Amino acid sequence: MTERPASALPITIRAMTKTYGRVHALDQVDLDIRSGEFLTLLGPSGSGKTTLLMVLAGFTRPDSGSLKFGDTEVIRMPPHRRDLGMVFQNYALFPHMTVAGNIAYPLRLRGIGRAEREARVVRALETVQLGGYGGRRIDQLSGGQRQRVALARAIVFEPRILLMDEPLSALDKKLRDRMQIELRHLHEQLGMTTVYVTHDQREALTMSDRIAVIDHGRLMQLGAPREIYDRPANRFVADFIGESAFLPVRRKGAEILCAGRPLATESPAPEGEKLLAILRPERLQLLDGSVPPEINAFPATVSELVYQGDSFLMAARLEDGTELTLRDVVRRDTFAELPGPGSAVTLGLHARDTVLIPDDGAGAAP
Amino acid sequence: MSPAETALAASPAAAAAAAPNAEGLARDGRAERLALLGLASPALLLVLVILVVPVAWLFYVSFIGADGSFSLENYERMINRKSYARIFYTTFEISFLTTGICILIGYPLAYFLSQLPPRVANLCLITVLLPFWTSLLVRTYAWLVLLQKSGLVNEWGISAGLWEEPLKLVHNTTGTLIGMVHIMLPFLVLPVYSAMRAIDRRYLMAAANLGAGPVRAFWTVFAPLSLPGLFAGSLIVFVLCLGFFVTPAVLGGGKVIMVSMKIASNIELFVNWGAASALGVVLLVTTLVILWVAARFVALERLAGGGH
Amino acid sequence: MRWLNRPASETQVTHGQRLWLYILSGVIMVWLVAPTLIVVPMSFSDSQYLEFPPEIWSTRWYDHYFGSEEWMAATVTSLTAALLTMCLATPLGVLAAYGLHASQLRAGRLIFVALITPMMVPLILVAIGAFYVYVKLQILYTMLGLVMAHTVLALPLVLIVTAAGLKSFDMNQEMAARSLGASRARAFFTVTLPQIRFSVITAALLAFLTSFDEVVVAMFISGGDNATLTRNMFNALRDQIDPTIASISTIMIAITSGLMVLAQLFGKPREGG
Repeated sequence: MTERPASALPITIRAMTKTYGRVHALDQVDLDIRSGEFLTLLGPSGSGKTTLLMVLAGFTRPDSGSLKFGDTEVIRMPPHRRDLGMVFQNYALFPHMTVAGNIAYPLRLRGIGRAEREARVVRALETVQLGGYGGRRIDQLSGGQRQRVALARAIVFEPRILLMDEPLSALDKKLRDRMQIELRHLHEQLGMTTVYVTHDQREALTMSDRIAVIDHGRLMQLGAPREIYDRPANRFVADFIGESAFLPVRRKGAEILCAGRPLATESPAPEGEKLLAILRPERLQLLDGSVPPEINAFPATVSELVYQGDSFLMAARLEDGTELTLRDVVRRDTFAELPGPGSAVTLGLHARDTVLIPDDGAGAAP
Repeated sequence: MSPAETALAASPAAAAAAAPNAEGLARDGRAERLALLGLASPALLLVLVILVVPVAWLFYVSFIGADGSFSLENYERMINRKSYARIFYTTFEISFLTTGICILIGYPLAYFLSQLPPRVANLCLITVLLPFWTSLLVRTYAWLVLLQKSGLVNEWGISAGLWEEPLKLVHNTTGTLIGMVHIMLPFLVLPVYSAMRAIDRRYLMAAANLGAGPVRAFWTVFAPLSLPGLFAGSLIVFVLCLGFFVTPAVLGGGKVIMVSMKIASNIELFVNWGAASALGVVLLVTTLVILWVAARFVALERLAGGGH
Repeated sequence: MRWLNRPASETQVTHGQRLWLYILSGVIMVWLVAPTLIVVPMSFSDSQYLEFPPEIWSTRWYDHYFGSEEWMAATVTSLTAALLTMCLATPLGVLAAYGLHASQLRAGRLIFVALITPMMVPLILVAIGAFYVYVKLQILYTMLGLVMAHTVLALPLVLIVTAAGLKSFDMNQEMAARSLGASRARAFFTVTLPQIRFSVITAALLAFLTSFDEVVVAMFISGGDNATLTRNMFNALRDQIDPTIASISTIMIAITSGLMVLAQLFGKPREGG
């Protein structure tokens, strides 16, 4: 392990508001980012996640709001004094400088002497596993290597906050998967507060300590990956992260009724009479024979069966017309035995996987 | 609104709490914009002093009569005197002819260049760029030498038996036109060429695939797509012709008088600012109206930067 | 001649069918360059009538040019004015282009149009306008006045060329520099300027040429000790055909070609480098 930065800084965002014309890019956002955590801002394009990151970096001036790094109010501080590392989507490496020149740039600006500068550049390159690449020109590097150089440049001056704007989006899938793990390790090693922007839910789930889901300039949910995935707070989050079908249910007294039958749940149901049950394809199972009490059963008719190599998808229709999908792994020989289109099946959902959210009346989210 | 909300909105302290730092941020934003626009101020100041103020003054002078009071006599003279009508006629005639000839020979040349592989095209473009960069005085002089009575063109024409007596090729409209077309051609070819280069060749493949023959594909697909470039190039040529001075003055030999030359002689010979400025105003307004119309179709930078 | 039957385009026209276009274009290209180039050998003719090809070669007209105090003074004036114009118009234009590009405001568009007006106003108006102002300011026939007027004429070119350079520059890089601790000015000088240097060099060369070749404005506001080369050439042309002008023209062509080569060498990013 290399040395850790003196300390990481918590970030406090209060009432952050930014409008473009009549569009709210940020709408009274409050967010506390803990010292040293890896927090991902996740949302569809145009949700305001990048705007929020640019506000943190100082490149977008909000209409109003308060931003604190530690105890210091920085909202009116120009970008170059904020002392934070930033990795851009297209890396924004300087093509007129070598790899070492790029990494030494922030050190030069801080008036660090030549000997130390060189030593730190070498160390930073080693940290991102690019030892010996200092003399290369930027256009001689592959996408993944550029990504690492951009990272090295952003951490070489040991900032206490690191911002990343979709840094992996330009890489191919395999490299992206590997870099996700690597970035995660690097974060554990360096320990700086990291704010990461992405629209890729898998990336967010893989890397983050916590995820802040953003839509229309509002914070939709903040929580650890499992919390976000397993206990989405609303329809937007449930729909945006993972696949899900929504089944309207009603509260009657202490019971939750689905098509007249009681629904078993483990977590408490939210307020309100009209609710939605979330049915994730991989949490549904095919039932045959007896139904244990902790499993909710849904009789349905298979409409389609799709082979996908490692898994299969079964589309089925409930009596009320709701379309459900079930996904399961394909084991050798089992696929042929699955019920085909037209067959009557019973789908089961375990009570601990049965999650209810308020039915806010919003139609299908994008 | 509930009473509590009304009370909240009414109190400035509460408003500040709901929108912290709003004032400061707005101030910073204004300061930054002002600083950035301020970078343009030295250039703007120079243009203002050297160009805008004098032109505004010319505008004013054009409405002052010989007795020093407001009058339209400078403009009346332009309408009443035959000689002025003649000058405007000549100016437009020369400008139209030059633009027309430029289109006739420039469009095929640009098309030819656009069909070449980029490396070869760049080499051939030197033949367009070299004259474009060469001083227009030098080129005008070259034509004067070539076209004069004992010049090379007459010498070769007679020795080749094309004509017997030396032709009068210069100090008249012919000479002026030859020189002006030569000088204006790059201004037309360059924008047309870049417009043609930008046309995706797959459109032509699609046209061929859909059953259009080569000629038909050219006229129904390629030509319409190259029109904005041709439009931009023609307008810039026309507008430059309207204000031309050096070439007609040298090659026209006093027989081709254009507006610019009349303005110059009004100042140099007669020191008549009123007449000169009225002519100038008409010339300027015509130019700006054409450019304004053009700007509705083509981005202004593209017009102005036509050659680069 | 099999080449003639090969397809020349996507629409299957053969080279043979396009021969007329090739011949026409060839003639036009020769017509474009020949008149300028023919002046060069003619200037070395011994004859008063500038024969081509010269019967007797001589440097008589060059001797006349270099021996004339008046022509030399005019040349020095023109070169000085061009150099100063370049040094003034380039920074002013680049600063303005950067400010307008970075501010991304509607007012910026307006200022941009205002700054390229010198390109749209007929030169003769610029000339008599400047003449009038210079009489009032008592800077007629001075180097200062000449350079200021030529700077105004060169500004639009500098602005347009630099703006085009900035358009293809990735402003994220400047943001990256600022996030790494560079102030805006520092980011501009260390990151932006080195990368738009090709546009800036081209702009500077164009500014130089604009001034060096300019005739109409110089005719009105340059004179006396500060008469430009072009002004004197123009006056000489109006009277009679002075063969000395052929030698001066040749020198001007050489200067232009030299600048063109410079622009090719330094005004463009080298491939692979």
